Amino acid sequence: MQDKPDASTLIEAVSSFLVNVAAPKLEGRDRFHARIAENVLAITAREAQYAGVFEAAQTNRLQNLLSAATDHNATQGETKDDIVILNHSLCQYIADGKLNLQNSELIQHLIKTTMGKLAINQPNYAGYQKARALGWPEEDGYDGL
Amino acid sequence: MPPRQTEPGSPAVSSIDALLQAFASEKFGRDAQSIRRLTGGASQEIWQINMAEDEAYIVRRPPGGEIKPGANQVTPDDEVKLLQIAFKAGICVPEIVHSFQHDEPLYPGYVMRFIAGETMARKILRDTEFDSIRGKLAYQCGAALAAIHAIPVADCPDLPTSFAEDELEKYSDILHQHGHPQPVFELAIRWLRDNLPPTRAASLVHGDFRNGNLMIRPDIGLASILDWELTHLGDPMEDLGWICVPSWRFGAIDNPVGGFGRRQDLYAGYTDNGGQIDETIARYWEIFGALKWGIMCLIMVEIFEAGVDTSIERAAIGRRASETQIDLLIMLTQENATY
Repeated sequence: MQDKPDASTLIEAVSSFLVNVAAPKLEGRDRFHARIAENVLAITAREAQYAGVFEAAQTNRLQNLLSAATDHNATQGETKDDIVILNHSLCQYIADGKLNLQNSELIQHLIKTTMGKLAINQPNYAGYQKARALGWPEEDGYDGL
Repeated sequence: MPPRQTEPGSPAVSSIDALLQAFASEKFGRDAQSIRRLTGGASQEIWQINMAEDEAYIVRRPPGGEIKPGANQVTPDDEVKLLQIAFKAGICVPEIVHSFQHDEPLYPGYVMRFIAGETMARKILRDTEFDSIRGKLAYQCGAALAAIHAIPVADCPDLPTSFAEDELEKYSDILHQHGHPQPVFELAIRWLRDNLPPTRAASLVHGDFRNGNLMIRPDIGLASILDWELTHLGDPMEDLGWICVPSWRFGAIDNPVGGFGRRQDLYAGYTDNGGQIDETIARYWEIFGALKWGIMCLIMVEIFEAGVDTSIERAAIGRRASETQIDLLIMLTQENATY
């Protein structure tokens, strides 16, 4: 969609209405829910900005991980690009023990993927700050802080 | 009060009001000053009966008075038995004053004495009135857990037995029925399966002993232990791990016990009161607890999508699964992390 205003500007407009106009007129549980709504809008705005870049990076890593772990005599390796299918395969490999905690490529992938989830879902979560303090990398393509 | 919708197979809310009024007059020999429905969880219907300024009672019933078949919860009758046993053992729980019987219109459910205090975790962690008591809470929790685990299993009502292996199968099944792939959870499941603790003699396990289910007072600290619906028989270390799960620290992650205390104080309170700690197994249950809460966040999405609870709060909680994933990665990869 090329029309203006773009999605993130529209989300910003709704958020501003919610915070400045609607929320002050609410009380109790409704006001609490308005705060959650504001937070949910912020998640969708961050997702609109980063989901595409993150998924591309994750798909790429998943294909590499799975093809390295696949018995090449058995199949052609993982060339699919559907991230849900790739993640199902990864789960199977982990459950079978073919990829485990000792595999640094796996751990690096899971760390980056999870850091990306937190950057979108819960950037203020204390454990996310803790992971940063450990020197863990952000998801590829993340440029906000 | 405007009339409210009647719940199927159960007295209307306005008539519950009247039934509680009638109950109060008969039980206490005088009319209640006021009766109100508290905003309780979706799993329980909670009412408060005020008799005098310093005399109040709490009534708990399953929603609409109906116990969901197959619900993984202790029945109200068994909850009453457990609370009475705990009360007799000197554990801080509310005193049961009445348990509704089959021939009473408010069956199933029970009435207990109201205890004043704070359960909101964030207030307990941040309000200045709790500053002086906060440092004592971890020890008190350890002491209380030792007392719960010392209750003879033979005295308990018929409860399900569930050790780590059973719990792991249960939550792994729930995750796989949910269907959306979560590799970090899969890694945790694999680790938990490879590191199962040896089965020990079954103890009474509270099952949901954490900041948020503990009533705290600024003067005495731990005043009451609530929410006994998930009580079962199993590994006592489960309770010591669950209260240390990072999600129950409410942002204060450097205080492992509920965001208010240190493990060494929790463990000291436990061993000083006859409990036997196995720190490795307690840690196992912390990791298990992070996985369990993460999976619970995920399946709350289904409750929203099914239209059972369409609140924005319910919709948003699914995204909190990611906090447990970073916690799990830290716990599984950092040997000496103070986490």
